[in-house]
Amino acid sequence: MRDIVFKTEIALTRYLSADGKPLDTLPPWCSAAEPLTTYYRWMVLARQFDQKAIALQRTGQLGTYASSLGAEAIDVVTGHLMTPADVLVPYYRNHALQMIRGTPMHDILLYWGGDERGNSGAAMGRDLPNAVPIATQTLHAAGAAAALKYRHQPHAVVCLCGDGATSKGDFAEALNLAGVWHLPLVMIVNNNQWAISVPRHMQCAAPTLAQKALAAGIPAEQVDGNDAIALHEVIEHALVRARSGKGPSLIEALSYRLSDHTTADDASRYRAPEKLKEAWQNDPIRRLRHYLLDQGLWDDAQERACLDEAQNRVQSAVEQYLATPPEPVECMFEYLYAERPEQLSGQIDSARIRGGGSA
Amino acid sequence: MTVATKERKLTIARAMAEAIAQEMRVDERVFVMGEDIGPLGGVFGNTRGLHEEFGSERVRDTPISETAFMGAAVGAASDGMRPIVELMFVDFFGVCFDAIYNLMAKNTYFSGGEVQVPVVLMTSTGGGYSDAGQHSQCLHATFAHLPGMKVVAPSNAYDAKGLMTAAIRDNNPVIFMFHKALQGMGWLGTEKDAIVHVPEESYEVPIGKAAVVREGNDLTIVGITSGVHHGLKAARQLAERGISAEVIDLRALVPLDRATVIESVRKTGRLIVVDEDYQSYGVSSEIICSVAEQGVPLKAAPQRVAYPDIPIPFTPPMEQWALPNADKIVAAYELMEKHS
Repeated sequence: MRDIVFKTEIALTRYLSADGKPLDTLPPWCSAAEPLTTYYRWMVLARQFDQKAIALQRTGQLGTYASSLGAEAIDVVTGHLMTPADVLVPYYRNHALQMIRGTPMHDILLYWGGDERGNSGAAMGRDLPNAVPIATQTLHAAGAAAALKYRHQPHAVVCLCGDGATSKGDFAEALNLAGVWHLPLVMIVNNNQWAISVPRHMQCAAPTLAQKALAAGIPAEQVDGNDAIALHEVIEHALVRARSGKGPSLIEALSYRLSDHTTADDASRYRAPEKLKEAWQNDPIRRLRHYLLDQGLWDDAQERACLDEAQNRVQSAVEQYLATPPEPVECMFEYLYAERPEQLSGQIDSARIRGGGSA
Repeated sequence: MTVATKERKLTIARAMAEAIAQEMRVDERVFVMGEDIGPLGGVFGNTRGLHEEFGSERVRDTPISETAFMGAAVGAASDGMRPIVELMFVDFFGVCFDAIYNLMAKNTYFSGGEVQVPVVLMTSTGGGYSDAGQHSQCLHATFAHLPGMKVVAPSNAYDAKGLMTAAIRDNNPVIFMFHKALQGMGWLGTEKDAIVHVPEESYEVPIGKAAVVREGNDLTIVGITSGVHHGLKAARQLAERGISAEVIDLRALVPLDRATVIESVRKTGRLIVVDEDYQSYGVSSEIICSVAEQGVPLKAAPQRVAYPDIPIPFTPPMEQWALPNADKIVAAYELMEKHS
């Protein structure tokens, strides 16, 4: 006798074609201007910010920066669906999401400019800081979710990572913990098809990354990460589940990294230009714009005003950033311990004496 | 017969790739794996050209799974292969350290010498180009502290090629640390003195033999990788004041060539150790202790010029302020003389 003891499937949700045409009956809320026009404005803002941040880096006014080009819909929809009491555990590409959570735009520039005061924004203390290592944040997210559950708080933890992160042991262990402890965690994998130079198909032989959650007993699905409507439906569902004690979910959002890995990378060394050109056809901003225009929820005048407003907001954040005087270099000794130990005080003095100078 | 040899200056990155290619041509057991080491040729350029020549089987990009490929390297080496694995940044060791220090380093001992684990683990170290506290560390002492592995770290392309060849042929695990600022890749702030003549033919630089890279009588400056270059610059500055500094490039931390250092300090009576790793519990204290233990007569208290015990800042002015440099070595010398 041979019984099938486990069988499942992975769904992919998509509502709009690349040109913004409905592929199915849309949820009723999609006929209203809100929240879709808000999503759209934020996605435009996210892209303007990204372009400016790269320009600042190229002119020596910002440190190494990880672009979010192509991930705008994932960030913006997630940000708007989270409540203030939910907890965000980001990776290093969630600039717009952090802004929506309340971090001022110039703080994000300060952070990527190497100024620790960029961490002092409104969202800090509630959300976790950027995780630069790969997948380490997934375990922190499980811990934060365990804390919510321990305190009987009906909120969710939202954790983001990339496709490469799903190859890490941390990721598997975080999912396993979330599953077995039934944690209020929403794990969103931004599968942008590239881990620096390594393409998705060389990262994992499984046809979906979502299915990794099934091994941990966690429901999982795919969503078109360039489709704001689909993202809204899928993420909202997962958040409600988490907040109502129904446990964790994993969402694999299919997107495309339209940028280099970071400003320290040059993707033209390993990625064919045709592939990139093809990926631009799925641009999430273009898709939503087409839909809004077709539905009469948006017009050219709004488009121009939206772009102007975004550029102005970015410009004023940049001005504020550039006008912020740097902290004295010795401040690096202040941030390591709650109170500075004597040993470090001695090292500051010795760094000064030995030609380190002072800022 | 004298053959005129044409000067052939290479970067450390190219010298490493050349050594690997030459060994791969003669030894089928040698293969390379790591992240972005295939078509991209390594984030720091040290596997450029290997994928084109040897293909995806022998030069294999891995998933982002350091535990997996470090563990697999230990297994493959135990089964007769000679893997070269790249840990992109030494800072990433934490996610795969069990495979390194509890298995790769100890399996020969645990098997009573029956199993050899000839892995070369090459990994980038160092900062200076604003890559922050998880991508700029040296961690020399962390690896040198643990028994069972050899640890080498070249300061120039000649040594890089010779040490890499020796490391691949060595029957022990060898940690090959290369400093990013010495790689010859512009964006990392290249040290030009690391780009030197490299013979085309294969050769070894013995692992565990330090090099006296500048002779002097008044002061011994000991360094490794970037510290050697800071030491040489400081020696030139001191020479202008009539002070003759000897500069020693350790080249390896395990085995550590204490004899060369002790012999030098016996001559000069003064010692400064330069290390871009954290100051406390580091290479600098090991060197100074090795001299002190031998009762070498000293004319002044030894000094160390190392990285303060804080994470490495992202912002360039802070990072540059905290990094060792030639001026700090000169200042350490002045302090030494003031107190003596």
